[in-house]
Amino acid sequence: MDRLDLGGLFLHFLILWFLAIGGPSTIFPDIHRYVVEVHHLLTNAQFAELYTLAQVAPGPNAMYVTLIGWYLAGWKGVAATTIPLLVPATTLTLLVGHLNERYPNAPIGRAIRRGLTPITLGLVFASSTILMRAVNHDWRGYLITLLTVAVVLRKSWNPLWLFAAGALAGILSFV
Amino acid sequence: MEQTESHKPNVSRFALFLAFSRISLSSFGGAIFWARRELVERQRWLTEREFVELFTLGQLLPGPNVLNLAVMVGYRFAGWTGGAAALAAFLGWPCLVVVGMGVLYQHYGALPQVQQALTGMSSVAAGLLLATVVKLAMVLPRHWRPWLFGALAFVGVGVMRWPLLWVMGALAPWAVYAAWKEQE
Repeated sequence: MDRLDLGGLFLHFLILWFLAIGGPSTIFPDIHRYVVEVHHLLTNAQFAELYTLAQVAPGPNAMYVTLIGWYLAGWKGVAATTIPLLVPATTLTLLVGHLNERYPNAPIGRAIRRGLTPITLGLVFASSTILMRAVNHDWRGYLITLLTVAVVLRKSWNPLWLFAAGALAGILSFV
Repeated sequence: MEQTESHKPNVSRFALFLAFSRISLSSFGGAIFWARRELVERQRWLTEREFVELFTLGQLLPGPNVLNLAVMVGYRFAGWTGGAAALAAFLGWPCLVVVGMGVLYQHYGALPQVQQALTGMSSVAAGLLLATVVKLAMVLPRHWRPWLFGALAFVGVGVMRWPLLWVMGALAPWAVYAAWKEQE
């Protein structure tokens, strides 16, 4: 393990988040490269486990960087990995949000929103299929996924019940 | 298709903080499902179309896309302090929870029951995301062009696994131009 350089970590993450157009999954490979391959701060297995853990925690999926920060250096590490994620949202996003509210009917703004909406939906669909393939080991996993879809489209049950059912199925070694 | 500009409801900073606290603390396996449920179905602050358009903008901007959505929704209803309230609620709680999980992981991470429960929950999380796409796709016009762009984005990123930047660089200008021509 290299000596931990929190300033360097902060700067690297700051640059990455400004490149994360399309969401956190686009910079996932580079975070892995920096933390595991270049600086040997975590092993590959530790990285994967921390990532998975953050996926089942409540909150944005990107919170795995916070968990990595905590694991490496406690609260200072949390600050070094989490503050960079806030910077684009508090600068660029406020600016664009402002323009969008000020000129909601600007033709160019409408064309951008209308034109890109289907692409966004295609990308979220892609994420859901990638996730499905990553988490489902065989047909039983896919069955749980499809049952979830069927229930959500028909009923407005609180999905926390579905999570409880999924956890139970896992513990009973169904998946 | 003409957009019906719905009136903007009155939403306080405290209501924003509460709503985004609820979203963030229930967001297992990705926040978009819960954000849509809270903002469109429960509070009715946004229509389905307004939601998907703000989410699209959030996707175009760098950073976690649902975080960008939170800032824009907060700003829309209560100015920049509203954006700050939404952001604090949306990121503050998960930050504490994740640190708590870090502590638990150091103690119990290796237990087989924990691993098995996580596997079953992950399958459910994938289903929630898929169901959200199906619901949001209902707002797309019944016209071949949007569906073609959606399909191309899916194939490029989800099947071919090309870098997002290439796929967006190729599709986005074309899609915006087509939408621009359409409204003239």
